[in-house]
Amino acid sequence: MLQAIADGLLTGAIIALGAIGLTLTMGILRFANFAHAEMMTWGAYMALGVLTLFGLPTAPFGPLTFGWPLLVATLVAAGLTVALALLIDRLVFRPLRGRVGHLTLVFASFGVALLVRNVVLLMFGGRATYYSNELQMSVEVMDGLRVMPDQIFVFCFALVLAGAVYLFLQKTPLGLAMRAVSENPSLAGVCGIRLGKVVMWTWIVGGSLAAVAGVLYGVTVQLRPEIGFHLLLPLFAAAILGGVGNVVGAVIGGLLIGLIESLSVLVIPSGYKLAIPFLVLLVVLFVRPSGLFRGTSGGR
Amino acid sequence: MLGIALYLVFFLIVVTIYAILVMGLNLQWGFTGLFNAGVVAFYAIGAYGTAILIGPERPELIGGFELPFALGLLGGAALAALAGLVVALATLRLREEYLAIATFGIAITVQLVALNFDALTGGANGLIGLPRPMFGYFETPNLYNVCYLVAVLAIAGAVYALLERAVRSPWGRVLRAIREDATAARSLGKNPTAIRLQAFILGSGIMGLAGGLYVGFIGFVSPIDFLPILTFQIWAMLIVGGSGNNKGAVLGVLVVWGLWTISGTLISQVVPPSLQSQAGAGQAIIIGLVIVLTLLFRPRGLIGEESVVSKHVRAARVARDNPSSS
Repeated sequence: MLQAIADGLLTGAIIALGAIGLTLTMGILRFANFAHAEMMTWGAYMALGVLTLFGLPTAPFGPLTFGWPLLVATLVAAGLTVALALLIDRLVFRPLRGRVGHLTLVFASFGVALLVRNVVLLMFGGRATYYSNELQMSVEVMDGLRVMPDQIFVFCFALVLAGAVYLFLQKTPLGLAMRAVSENPSLAGVCGIRLGKVVMWTWIVGGSLAAVAGVLYGVTVQLRPEIGFHLLLPLFAAAILGGVGNVVGAVIGGLLIGLIESLSVLVIPSGYKLAIPFLVLLVVLFVRPSGLFRGTSGGR
Repeated sequence: MLGIALYLVFFLIVVTIYAILVMGLNLQWGFTGLFNAGVVAFYAIGAYGTAILIGPERPELIGGFELPFALGLLGGAALAALAGLVVALATLRLREEYLAIATFGIAITVQLVALNFDALTGGANGLIGLPRPMFGYFETPNLYNVCYLVAVLAIAGAVYALLERAVRSPWGRVLRAIREDATAARSLGKNPTAIRLQAFILGSGIMGLAGGLYVGFIGFVSPIDFLPILTFQIWAMLIVGGSGNNKGAVLGVLVVWGLWTISGTLISQVVPPSLQSQAGAGQAIIIGLVIVLTLLFRPRGLIGEESVVSKHVRAARVARDNPSSS
């Protein structure tokens, strides 16, 4: 039980990071981006690519399985993921935006998701891999609760990052502009906010968070080309549960989805775990479609 | 020569079944503007539903009702329509893309049930040894396949005729009105949610029908035939042909399935076995590119939707252009 809660919170923290980017896209760009979770796959594999390409030594920090090389690789991967996001926006979404109904944008993102997933598969192959082959002993924190040092690091790192994004949105002029566009794009435009810049920053924030989330998933679970495909539903469920456009809601939604998914294994066979976010989503849509917290008007 | 002819029959049966699937999607997306991201789920529900209803009784399995094929086919289609009802009820009142997300979810769920619920679906092995309708009346399997092709063509023709009639009826005009502007349709006293619901359920049922026909053809079901890539293939077929046009939908099936089959054959000939998973990725990339490039450069597809003009306007135009004849 305790173990399931701890595992759920850990997965939840990773889902939360991905869901922040997704909820921002849904709130500011106003479409459900099916390709968002693939940016996690892309980021995770780009970090792996950097590590193998430069043959960086694994110099682990203390009890962790990784050290500064992975941090550097993650930074590079975040840059490459932002580049991919901006490239996709430039080539696909921008030409379509305004010209077609927004569902066509959703459809385009659906096609883009297939492309990104298979480009990763083509480049890296389909086998599951890891960043490091070092084995890690889990530490007994309490009676019946064992965690790995990596997991504690990942959990704290994800929460700190989510807090940083929250401060960025609340305290900086750019964050204010993003929130303004999310509430009312035409009014924001009248106030002199440049939409293009806000769109760009949405991709920068969302893309880099997705890359980090992908790497953290790779550190604690493993790397597979289907990471994004399997995380897409939890991300959507978290974003909608937390109120679309609401960053704090997305984080809490992510943690809740992770928890429910993990606890469900106690009740139903683990083979159905991937379907749990869908069931949660259905319940939310039937009972409280606006989510637990207030979303932005762009999300509604 | 005979080999090629037999392969052609096989190819055409699959094409016809996919054409029915694409027509179901066309009703949802092309005519009503509903995004279904889980086409494969409704197809699989129809297939498994039919298989469970017609299958022989086996002690280790739930189901095996040994019903006649026609009943099994209808039952499968009804189950798919029921699944459509559940997701549509949850999402149609809300933001449009929630339907897309929910259908994506149902696709994942159906795949999991197919793989894990051994007692119902046979798990990874699937259900084998299903009776093929009227198989005993034919002397050779080849003759049987030819006749099955004719039967499937007839059913596809019936679906085509039904849909053409439906979309040209007043109901069909309301579908398009809702797709273009739901608020305007509502102000004319139409109920967009109810009509969207009807279109989505009918489309899901048609997809289920296609699944049942596939089972009748191959005589077994297994999760291998219902991979997520199928949803993307069906979508590519629809928009390549031109969504909103049933002729285009059928043409799109021929083009995309032809492209897929040829590229698959080439890959299996040229690429060494060790690289097959990468080669599969290459094929999927082709499908993805087809979707994205069509959306960007030829959103109407090969044929595209015909612009529909009221017969009164048309009559007035004719009268204006040929004043002498009126």
